[in-house]
Amino acid sequence: MSFFEKLMKIDRRIIFLLIFVGVAIPLIVALNFELEITQPVRKVHGLVEDADDGAYILLSFDYGPSTKPEIQPMAIAILKHAFERDYKVVCSALWPMGVLMCSEAIESVKEEYPNIEYGVDYVNLGYKAGGLVTINHMGKNMRETFPTDAANNPISEISIMDNIKNLTNFDFIVGFSSGSPGLKEWVQVAHDAYGVPVAGGSTAVQVPSLSPYLNRENQLVGLLGGLKGAAEYEKLIASPGTAVKGMDAQSIAHLLIIIFITIGNIGYFVTGKYKQKRL
Amino acid sequence: MKKIFVFCVLLFLFGSSVWASSDIPLTAQDHPDDDGSAIDLSWKYEGELPFSIWIERSENGKDFKLISKIAPAKTYITDGKNIKPGNQYYYRLKFVDAQSNIMASTDIVKAKSEAQWFNSRRTPLLVMVIILSSAILYFILSARKGKHLFIRKIAGLDTIEEAVGRATELGKPLLFVPGIMDLDNIQTLAGLNILSHLAKKVAKYDSTLYVPVSKSMVLSTAKEIVKEAYLKVGRPDAFDSDSVFYLTDDQFGYVAGVDGIIVREKPAATFYLGAFYAESLILAETGFESGAIQIAGTAMPSQIPFFVAACDYTLIGEELFAASAYLSDQPNQLGCLKGQDVGKALILITIFVGIILDILGINIITNFLQMK
Amino acid sequence: MKRQFPLVITFFVGMLVIVSQFIPHQPFGHLSDTLESWFLIISGFAILLGQLNLLKVNIIKIHRKSRNWQYYIVCVVSFVVMITIGILWGTQDQPGLLGQGSALVSFFGRKPFDYIFKYFFENLSATMFSLLAFFMASASYRAFRARNLESSLLLISAVLVMLGRTTIGTWLTGWIPENLTYLHLPQIADFIMKYLQKTGQRAIMICAGLGIVGSSLRIILGIERSYLGGK
Repeated sequence: MSFFEKLMKIDRRIIFLLIFVGVAIPLIVALNFELEITQPVRKVHGLVEDADDGAYILLSFDYGPSTKPEIQPMAIAILKHAFERDYKVVCSALWPMGVLMCSEAIESVKEEYPNIEYGVDYVNLGYKAGGLVTINHMGKNMRETFPTDAANNPISEISIMDNIKNLTNFDFIVGFSSGSPGLKEWVQVAHDAYGVPVAGGSTAVQVPSLSPYLNRENQLVGLLGGLKGAAEYEKLIASPGTAVKGMDAQSIAHLLIIIFITIGNIGYFVTGKYKQKRL
Repeated sequence: MKKIFVFCVLLFLFGSSVWASSDIPLTAQDHPDDDGSAIDLSWKYEGELPFSIWIERSENGKDFKLISKIAPAKTYITDGKNIKPGNQYYYRLKFVDAQSNIMASTDIVKAKSEAQWFNSRRTPLLVMVIILSSAILYFILSARKGKHLFIRKIAGLDTIEEAVGRATELGKPLLFVPGIMDLDNIQTLAGLNILSHLAKKVAKYDSTLYVPVSKSMVLSTAKEIVKEAYLKVGRPDAFDSDSVFYLTDDQFGYVAGVDGIIVREKPAATFYLGAFYAESLILAETGFESGAIQIAGTAMPSQIPFFVAACDYTLIGEELFAASAYLSDQPNQLGCLKGQDVGKALILITIFVGIILDILGINIITNFLQMK
Repeated sequence: MKRQFPLVITFFVGMLVIVSQFIPHQPFGHLSDTLESWFLIISGFAILLGQLNLLKVNIIKIHRKSRNWQYYIVCVVSFVVMITIGILWGTQDQPGLLGQGSALVSFFGRKPFDYIFKYFFENLSATMFSLLAFFMASASYRAFRARNLESSLLLISAVLVMLGRTTIGTWLTGWIPENLTYLHLPQIADFIMKYLQKTGQRAIMICAGLGIVGSSLRIILGIERSYLGGK
């Protein structure tokens, strides 16, 4: 068997090992590659930056622990930006585990903003089943949809909710989603039915299915796609975090895959020609 | 003199408020295309920007209650708070400063909320539904009359029989994964429809079929489907109720379980037919490594490339929904597929004509579809 | 009758939901929402069915000492432990039967359920998800071959998008002057995602949508009966 034939039939564990090494090294030794900001991310940043003082924003945590490494950094970045601008942040979740993701995100941001007060500057309304139906109810009446917050405090006793009757009272909504229900449902109801601006963050693999909503009607104002989207946003708010660190590893992983594909194609053509000559 | 002075002051204050309110036109009208639970208010305010706009509502024109305080720059709002259809509502707006002093206010206007019997914004949808349904029904009737309908080959579905035969020869089981979504997802139903055909073949060949599911409702349905399949083939004794089992609702817990089954049981053929998310490549790669024939089908655009890369046959998008009709070979069902194709042709023509007209500045089709 | 009754219900409810999409007037306006809520309630009860099935299948395999029966014990024990500690001490701010478990919280730093969730379950989920990175590499190595024109185009766009979506793309083309920004790899990747792939996505979504309409009509009209378990 020629060298390239062996290469074509290489044990995939060798590929796994090379990927492991390629991803691990940049996490230990920072390579600090430069990051270019793309337009969908700029639009999200612009939406958050240009909102009125004291704006009320809704963050929806529609993901679970499996996609936390990809989406949590963007949630933390948006939270930091929102608290920096003194916005009022209302959090909710359409996924059961989204509640925990929200709590953890806020815990990590609180160290930087120790003065933020629960019930005054932010609130966690908790999880509500129903997806599209729930968003529709929120569009009509938030208090009926969430009579209490995640800790069972009555909404009437939470001062941040005094001015919130329904979705139209929010200046904009940011959804963090890794599946369904998620950003699509927010666009379909919150934007299309109630006219509230919606932006979001999603896993990289969901970006192709969400990008049709990035249109001139601004169904989605902007989109943070995957770890790169999170890293771009961290750069825009000048607060590099886990996403920026992770981008080096992602870059090396992508480069390795491209090298594998190139080697595979070289082997494919070489062995193809070799077999034709033998015939 | 004093009385004249007081009278002038009062006249000035009253006159200025009347003058101010008549300068702020406020209109209230029933919100269109709804169930009578909303009223639209719009106004035009040209003056010093207030701190806030207060919206007051009454049901009798006298006892006004404050229902909302809104941002000063707004010029319209839809009031949907406890509006009952058929009731008359009176509104007035007050433009207030930071100390809650009234800078200006509008006249009182009234509107009656009414529920509409037809949502005119969905007219384009109705037109499409009628055209599509008519095309489908026409071809179903044509097929029933004996007209031959050509349906192109779908390689993945033609391989099912071969896959079952291979599994029987090798003495290995088959694995069917109906996706990770619940029974309300049409892709899950489409997958279960194919399970019915597959289960009949498995029962006929006396092979083994495993169906791990992620949702409890899917568990009940899949169990009934497989049981009925064995019954129809005349092998009710061969049905093993534990062959259809629940793993977990959690996405990656489910895929870990299915991967474990693939690695341990080494199925001869695996079928991934339904709605999948990120777990699709994990399943497909594990199945590839085990040496199974893999037939996948999903309408999730983001997962199709992974299945195409890792599986032997992939049903892309509508092929998954057409599969059951294709496998049954019944005229009724094949007629439905032809009707879908008419719909597709219609959409293509509409897109093409719409683009040309838009380029020429004629936005009829765009405006109609967007209901402008 | 046993087969006809579900078909009649399916037809009636299906037609009702379709009609309700066009009629805002009550009772049609909220029909879809109400039916969806009913489904959620039923599926909530159905969860119990799944859990019991899981326990039954695993316990039978343990009882019969089937192949690898020891691993089924792990499953049953994990299941029982999580349910027990959740019921006894609750999760996050929700108290359990034995209250908030302050002693345990001070020892573990959080409630036992939350502790296991954060340090076991979250990490296991992330690990399974991270398998994608490895499998993506092996699948790409195997599948991305320039066999013909279409696969070559796919290969080229895949490489451009992979490079453009990372910092390496910026590094490789960052030297290109500002007036030629469109030649930057991130911009090229954005162009491919914004125009080329979006077109394909929309085509698949339209065709899948038509497939859904056809499939749903077949089910509503009773032409498709496989989901009931027969012809």
